[in-house]
Amino acid sequence: MRIKNLLAAGAAIALLAGTAQAADMTGITDTTIKIGNTNPYSGPASVYSVIGKTITAYFEMVNEMGGIQGRQIDFISLDDGYSPPRTVEQVRKLVEQEQVAFLFNTLGTPTNSAIHRYVNAKKVPHLFLATGASKWGQPDKYPWTMGFQPTYDVEGEIYAKYVLENIEDPKIAILFQNDDYGKDYRDGFLHGLGDKADELVVSMLPYEVTDPTVDSQILKMQESGANVFFNITIPKFAAQAIRKSCEIGWKPVHLLNNVSSSVGATLTPAGLECSTGLITALYIKDPVDPQWHDDPGYKEWVGFMEKNMPDADMTDVNYAFGYNVSRLMHHVLDTCEDLSREGIMGCAANLKDIELPMIMPGITVNTSPEDFYPIQSEQLARFDGERWVTFGEVIHAGSR
Amino acid sequence: MDLFLQLTFAGLAIGSIYSCVALAVVMIYQATDHFNFAQGEMAMFSTYIAWTLVGLGAPVWLAFLLAVGLSFLAGVAIERVIVKPVENAPVLNQIIVFIGLLVIFNAVAGWIWEFTIKPFPSLFPADLGFKSTLIGPHHIGVIALTLGVLALVFAFFRFTRVGLAMRAAAANPDSARLVGVSVGWMLALGWGLAAAIGAVGGILVAPIVFLEPNMMAGVLLYGFAGALLGGVSSPGGAVLGGLVVGVLENWVGQYVPGGSELKLTFALILIVGVLVFKPAGLFGRVVVRRV
Repeated sequence: MRIKNLLAAGAAIALLAGTAQAADMTGITDTTIKIGNTNPYSGPASVYSVIGKTITAYFEMVNEMGGIQGRQIDFISLDDGYSPPRTVEQVRKLVEQEQVAFLFNTLGTPTNSAIHRYVNAKKVPHLFLATGASKWGQPDKYPWTMGFQPTYDVEGEIYAKYVLENIEDPKIAILFQNDDYGKDYRDGFLHGLGDKADELVVSMLPYEVTDPTVDSQILKMQESGANVFFNITIPKFAAQAIRKSCEIGWKPVHLLNNVSSSVGATLTPAGLECSTGLITALYIKDPVDPQWHDDPGYKEWVGFMEKNMPDADMTDVNYAFGYNVSRLMHHVLDTCEDLSREGIMGCAANLKDIELPMIMPGITVNTSPEDFYPIQSEQLARFDGERWVTFGEVIHAGSR
Repeated sequence: MDLFLQLTFAGLAIGSIYSCVALAVVMIYQATDHFNFAQGEMAMFSTYIAWTLVGLGAPVWLAFLLAVGLSFLAGVAIERVIVKPVENAPVLNQIIVFIGLLVIFNAVAGWIWEFTIKPFPSLFPADLGFKSTLIGPHHIGVIALTLGVLALVFAFFRFTRVGLAMRAAAANPDSARLVGVSVGWMLALGWGLAAAIGAVGGILVAPIVFLEPNMMAGVLLYGFAGALLGGVSSPGGAVLGGLVVGVLENWVGQYVPGGSELKLTFALILIVGVLVFKPAGLFGRVVVRRV
């Protein structure tokens, strides 16, 4: 571990030293900074495109107020339809024709996977991606790529900590989607349980996205005698699992991954009564939660939304996501002395205790040349039949 | 033992939906000699129509009947407008048309109704006067309704003149034409009936898996497996095949080591196995063609 740290530090120094020799100022002039982005403005994931729209509105506002360090932001956001081949095409266009300084908040796990190697080979900063996969934090292998939100395995580890500290004699059942997303969550959770994992987990079952239902998995988990259920599923299967366990009268401590925590998209179809008591982990202030309505960060966001995006549906948490990540990018550019590609990457990798307006109090952004995981804490919340109610302290994870 | 019974009953319930889809597959196969790959998406689309009607305030049974009726008309229309022009084209052309239909229905449904899941009300009362942890009231209703549809199909072919004409048109188009059966319209009727039966399947499965544009993708695959197992020329065999696939799928998941990961593989093995060793299925007629 030590050697790894040393190596990483060495790499960072080398990186800084490189700056002194020949700084790559592509996309940056004395008056402009050119930033590239891809978002699914069409296709199956288009519900997330509000993030791209929020960032666009944010930089327009910044430009009206005089830009960043005297430079106007030229934010170019292209549609990739959530289709990896189109992401490759659009990103090549951004890097080779548009000559952007860096890529910011490109959205999606499969889409970013498709450009991961390319942008690192081209040495283009690939910052604050909108995906929860854990592979965006490998500074030794991919020194130009950095994630943003808590990763799936960090979230899994947070649930494990909660179980170990709060549940007496836990017997755990895990249902997971049989792909990278499901395994990230599962592995983080098992890692968090530590040596006791084998003993505590009594049932661990996968499902395929093509399965019609997960009913039979739920029956088996009930039979296993589990009193804790970690539910790693996308909304459709989450709703099935919630309803089925309710129907058969199985009442474990039910941990639901954040991916499916939407009240409208998952819990309402599953039935609000059956959903009562579910636990999930959050890090963004939920705009519909009244506890934030006097909070300065929330008011700042509402002010931005009312002025710049007056027609938006303010209950959609993706607007808050877009605002948070824009504010972070703004902060990095605003405080960075060296606006070359290497310099920007270095600044992004040296963030200490940055608070963002729509991120819960106590959760801050921290990075270092060895730590490319900006947010690694979350707050647990329990569903009371109407909304998520936060409880307990902020839990920090990320021991990996 | 309790788990065994629960898995078996859950398997029968989901299997009866595979049966419904298998039955629809058999209807079209009977009429055209081909699998309709768009069957599942057509059923999904019908279910959205029922969902929209329920949203407009229609009682769920009325919505069900209307959607099934509309699906019948739509099935006839699709045969007339889209399938008929490629009737005499090579098999590959027809299959490509079916796959095109699949993609179109899927995309249009996503465009109109979005990809978020929607709860769909059950056709059956939540309380049947007794309580069982083995099987829910919806599942009992699904099995009963599927058997009812099978009985209707059987009676239609056996006891009605139109049914007889359809059988004649499928078995020997030339002779049928000579005795005055309109073979073309019989094909359209077959498509209509298949679309209607598919709609029943979609409306029965939606309360279990939630309504969304990709709802039928997995179901259709298991439906194909059921249809092949029972025999693509036998409606009764298709229903039995669907039930068997549903139950076996659950048993494999539980009693074969690592079986949870193999449920889908199992369905595919079944399809390949039947095609290789007993292409006519368990109850199908072996068709001998003079070349």
